[in-house]
Amino acid sequence: MVDQAAKFSIRAFHVHYGQLSALRGLDLEIRANEIFTVIGPANSGKTTFLHSLNRLIDLVPVSRCQGEIRLDGVDIRRGLEIEALRRKVGIVFALPLPLPISIFENVVYGLRMQGIRDPRRLNDAVERSLRESYLWEEVKDRLRTPAMNLSGGQQQRLCMARILAGQPDVLLFDEPTSGLDPISTARIEETMLILKEKYTIVLVTNNVSQAARVGDRTAFFLMGDMIEVSDTGKMFTTPADQRTSDYITGKFG
Amino acid sequence: MNPRLAQKIAFAVLLLATLLVVLPVLVILLIIVGKGASAISWDFLFSMPRDGMTAGGIFPAILGTLYLVLGAIIFAVPLGVMAAVYLVEYSSDNWLSRLVKLSIVNLAGVPSVVYGLFGLGIFVTFFGFGASILSGSLTLGIMILPVIITSAREALESVPRHFRTVSLSLGASRWQTIRHSVLPHALPGILTGMILGLGRVAGETAPILFTVAAFYLPRLPQSVFDQTMALPYHLYVISTQVPGIAENVRYGTALVLLTLVLLLNLAAILIRSRFRKKKKW
Repeated sequence: MVDQAAKFSIRAFHVHYGQLSALRGLDLEIRANEIFTVIGPANSGKTTFLHSLNRLIDLVPVSRCQGEIRLDGVDIRRGLEIEALRRKVGIVFALPLPLPISIFENVVYGLRMQGIRDPRRLNDAVERSLRESYLWEEVKDRLRTPAMNLSGGQQQRLCMARILAGQPDVLLFDEPTSGLDPISTARIEETMLILKEKYTIVLVTNNVSQAARVGDRTAFFLMGDMIEVSDTGKMFTTPADQRTSDYITGKFG
Repeated sequence: MNPRLAQKIAFAVLLLATLLVVLPVLVILLIIVGKGASAISWDFLFSMPRDGMTAGGIFPAILGTLYLVLGAIIFAVPLGVMAAVYLVEYSSDNWLSRLVKLSIVNLAGVPSVVYGLFGLGIFVTFFGFGASILSGSLTLGIMILPVIITSAREALESVPRHFRTVSLSLGASRWQTIRHSVLPHALPGILTGMILGLGRVAGETAPILFTVAAFYLPRLPQSVFDQTMALPYHLYVISTQVPGIAENVRYGTALVLLTLVLLLNLAAILIRSRFRKKKKW
């Protein structure tokens, strides 16, 4: 089945920050069009894992990666320009981080960096991606106003739109709702469930029930090790490892 | 002592100290404006000196100073900003970049007369530019490089880290990130440093004494290889070297120089405050 093909295959992957080991011996496949959720306490390596997938990890000067990550069978370190990788694998950060420019310019930033100037293409991309992130109706009359004037939830959906404009394959979410109210959170979660029809989604979250609500499969990370990975329903009913069970029932965290 | 009384005395002393800081500024301004304002006229600003500089205007000195300011900026701003971009955005934090940063800070502490001697040795003699606007501009440019680099570095470093992360995560290259998401937001800060540097260039005397300034020239400079008169040196000349110059001409010249420098600093302050109002992060 095409849907079950591996989007990412990760083999014997390690990350070190200087002497510190942040991620150890990770073997994992992420399937196309699933929402793959990653849960775990602080310092478990969740964000390190996420940033490895589009090589944002390279921005940390002391970081070292071993092993390999393949995207659609292509080694992301050897087979792909870093800019092309980051266009294919977009990321939404924990805090809404719009650039201090207009809504329109935020959405087309990535396209402009590819050298696309045609106003019709840019306008089309803005409308399409803002509709996909369910922000269009709220901002269509003020596209030229500063993005910083939007509410937190709107800003986070703008950050989604700005990735969608570049027509990526994979969306990474790094605790995207940790700074949002419950209503904005619900809207982001609904949006993710719709977006997985077209995209593969990797969601790192501190919120265990969020993983249960939207995840297809879930991995539990602890201190740089992946303790277990399974279908989300299975993990939350019959976890294989005692530590997973302790974490999701709130015994530590 | 009664604590209320102690507080009153302390505040009074602090207020007095503050006033003592303001006082010299006011006195200098008052004296210079009071004694010099009567000399200021269209003729004084825009005509050549006559009768052994006892009459006529100071136009060549004003023009010369503007040339030197312009020359120093053309040379120092691109160089300084590029160096700052390299230091902040590209170089990793190793002993070499720390050494470079340290030398820049120390360069700022070199006395201006030493820059003058350096300019004389390098540009006037070694490169054979002679005493000329070119030599003077280059010397002044090197003198303000530390100011420009330091303020540009601060401006670049004050651009939040996440602008870069976001830009890179959207598939921009490192240079595109600098060009579109860092430099535009650092520009006002860079501009402020540039204008403060301008003010220093306009007022500095020692470096131009060695490299460009002329005692008196009957005509305006024709190329960058000509000498020129300049306001700070002209002020020194008419105050100490030429007898029989009216007092209001001397103070008038000082007033013109002071106004020029204060205007430049005012422009820097305005740019900075406009930027602060617009800034949203």
